[in-house]
Amino acid sequence: MTDRVPLERKVLNENDRIAAELRARFRQNGILCLNLISSPGSGKTSLLERTLGAMAPGTRVAVLTGDIQTDNDARRLARFGFPVEQITTGGTCHLDARMIDRALADWKLEDLDLLLIENVGNLVCPSSYDLGEAAKIVLLSAAEGDDKPLKYPSIFFRAALLVLNKIDLLEHVPFDIARARENAWRINPRIEILEVSCLTGAGLEAWHGWLEHRCQKAQMEAALPAG
Amino acid sequence: MHELGIANSVLEAVCGEAGKHAGARVVKVGLRVGELAGVDPDALRFSFECLVKGTPLDPLPLEIEFCPRQQQCPACGHAFRVADYETSCPKCGAAPTECIGGTELELAYLELEDK
Repeated sequence: MTDRVPLERKVLNENDRIAAELRARFRQNGILCLNLISSPGSGKTSLLERTLGAMAPGTRVAVLTGDIQTDNDARRLARFGFPVEQITTGGTCHLDARMIDRALADWKLEDLDLLLIENVGNLVCPSSYDLGEAAKIVLLSAAEGDDKPLKYPSIFFRAALLVLNKIDLLEHVPFDIARARENAWRINPRIEILEVSCLTGAGLEAWHGWLEHRCQKAQMEAALPAG
Repeated sequence: MHELGIANSVLEAVCGEAGKHAGARVVKVGLRVGELAGVDPDALRFSFECLVKGTPLDPLPLEIEFCPRQQQCPACGHAFRVADYETSCPKCGAAPTECIGGTELELAYLELEDK
């Protein structure tokens, strides 16, 4: 006799459990944690270089950067003098909450205000894994297709912010920035959008402003009673 | 291609649940995968087959229910399936609407048989 037992449980509930613990720890310590996701080469590391480069010495910021191989990104980012740790996944195409938990094991979270996580370059897989972040940020560059939001809806649906990078290339490539915006809004009508060039620095003021605003919000939330 | 990792999570969950039903054998697994889950059902099924092969669970069919994106209008309450990425309410035109389906990545059921 066959018996059907309903389960109604999430497949990734173990990841979600660890992510929820991380989120609670970030909140307790007033840390803004952001998860940067894009295809390889869209400019995640460049945006982080611009971000760290604009920060005053002593700013309580740290970076976790994920790659399948090499510590090239960590070395690029370490020169700004802030704590940077490379997570080398050895083949895995995304970061998961356990990897973040392990990487933070030796860190004092009370010494941080901002934790930037650079995910493995991949527009699909990282979208499935909650890392305990306050927001996912998706990058899309003018060197890619303006229909990417429609092709990879999962990440555009979950991201709070879309950073359109490499706008210095717009005059040389067929990328239609208005169409890219429209496609992102079709998937996620609430997504915020910034246009930047990490090469020329255009538009980065708005990015720094966005970051500062979100950091202040995280500090305010930490001051409120939990719940 | 993270479907192998997801398939492994499914298998772990199945083994955990199966342990609660001594004397029964799992003969089928039901899964719900949403349009926005970022998971390819075919790749997931293939990965799952590979993992199960050669284990005492083999053969173990994985039945995947694909869940399309569904929205609900906060103004008039109308729930609708999204076609051609149009998320405004087809009844009253309100936007934005709330996503109420399509992100699922859930174990729905196990089918058990007496050993």
